[in-house]
Amino acid sequence: MFFRITQRDLLLAMRRRSDVLTTLFFFVIVVSLFPLGVGPEMSMLRTMAPGVVWVAALLASMLSLGRMFSSDHVDGTLEQMLLSPQSLSLLVLGKALAHWLVTGVPLVLMAPVLGIQYDLSADSLLVLTASLLLGTPVLSLIGAIGAALTLGLRGGGVLVSLLVLPLYIPILIFGAGAVEASAAGLGAAAHLSLLGAFLLAAMVLAPWTTAVSLRISME
Amino acid sequence: MSQLRAASKETNSEFEVFRLKFEVTRAWGAKPHKGTQYLDMAINWFKYSSPASFYFLAGKMIPLFSVAAVLFCVVGLYIGFFVAPTDFQQGEAYRIIFIHVPAAWMSMFLYVVMAVWAGIGLAFNTRLSSMVATAIAPTGAMFTFLALWTGALWGKPMWGTWWVWDARLTSELILLFLYIGFMSLQAAIDDPRRADKAGAMIALVGVVNVPIIYFSVKWWNTLHQGATVSLTQSPKMATTMLTGMLIMSIACWMYAIAVILIRTRAIILERERHTAWVGELQGAER
Repeated sequence: MFFRITQRDLLLAMRRRSDVLTTLFFFVIVVSLFPLGVGPEMSMLRTMAPGVVWVAALLASMLSLGRMFSSDHVDGTLEQMLLSPQSLSLLVLGKALAHWLVTGVPLVLMAPVLGIQYDLSADSLLVLTASLLLGTPVLSLIGAIGAALTLGLRGGGVLVSLLVLPLYIPILIFGAGAVEASAAGLGAAAHLSLLGAFLLAAMVLAPWTTAVSLRISME
Repeated sequence: MSQLRAASKETNSEFEVFRLKFEVTRAWGAKPHKGTQYLDMAINWFKYSSPASFYFLAGKMIPLFSVAAVLFCVVGLYIGFFVAPTDFQQGEAYRIIFIHVPAAWMSMFLYVVMAVWAGIGLAFNTRLSSMVATAIAPTGAMFTFLALWTGALWGKPMWGTWWVWDARLTSELILLFLYIGFMSLQAAIDDPRRADKAGAMIALVGVVNVPIIYFSVKWWNTLHQGATVSLTQSPKMATTMLTGMLIMSIACWMYAIAVILIRTRAIILERERHTAWVGELQGAER
């Protein structure tokens, strides 16, 4: 059932490929705007790169949160999911996985290319990709809570950013911190371990919280 | 009444009796009559879980806490301005500590209290707990803002900048965002029960942030000085300074309780405006 849900959401996303590409291009454009804003000095760009890429990833993954439940909510599929005998947490985990595969993985794959724009060293590129690989699933999982709580509300899109962005901050700190630490010669292991810990905790807690929130929103 | 007595005779389960008593009391609490007799003193606590009876209790408690707030504030400020010695490093500027530290404490503590009440409201489906949580949020946000504001005023003479991207300042800012998120989520939902529950979820999720604030000093060692007051070590500051600060914290507590009670009363009136007892209240005032 878990994989069915993921499969179904992926299929739906592939039928509307433009949505996936919009998120990816948003990410690319935001990252490319920063050098235009602050100037092309390579030394400054190199120190800014991890933060810029991470903030852009945060915004990009947040933009597509609204779609996670809203279309299912509109056509009534979500009600059927709530009524199904399957564990709702598991279904939510499946949906979050699909969301990550659609929005998170393209960002992870794109990040090294954008890192080259910012003149990052090969080691930093590797750490940046690793930190995004560990961090972006957490973004999808935490974002699911916000998406479930704001389901069907007016101005839900702006509201979800207000709710979810503060919760993203630890991920941002440790994700960008990993690259900075490795560039400073301290090694990124500590930061990456913490990101991994966040991922494990989020995988346990977030689907359950999202399931409760969905039931509240659908009452 | 008779139903309850029969139940208590017939069932051996203490819990069942307890539950029945609770429900009967709650039902009575919703329309208070003079001379209503309660079964025994032990269950009187539940009487005040009904918005109607809490409304009158809060009305009696507000003057008490308001007076206490003013008294403690006067004493605390007197100690702060006249009794406490001048700091040998920071001169007179340190005296902002008497509002800064209590405000910072309150901002974090109120968030936890809010989350606890919201959680109780979510778990036991009690309306009043959620109303209290809703009433706490603006006061908590106010104290968070106050802590940031006074921190900036303190930072300018001490560090030479208004704002430092230090872990504690940043976490306090995040706390302000969390309060704003809670309030805007509740404001966006029209159905009060759904607003209560959704707010409770976001408060409980956000409460994870409060320990991060507290331990941030240990996690990232930066410009901000370490915690001066701790439970495990003896305080590193003069006793009079500490006394002044603690008295000011009590004053902030009393103020917070008084304001929260006033706001809770307003929320009760707003949500219960269709009930008979609010109608009677209005009739009595006219």
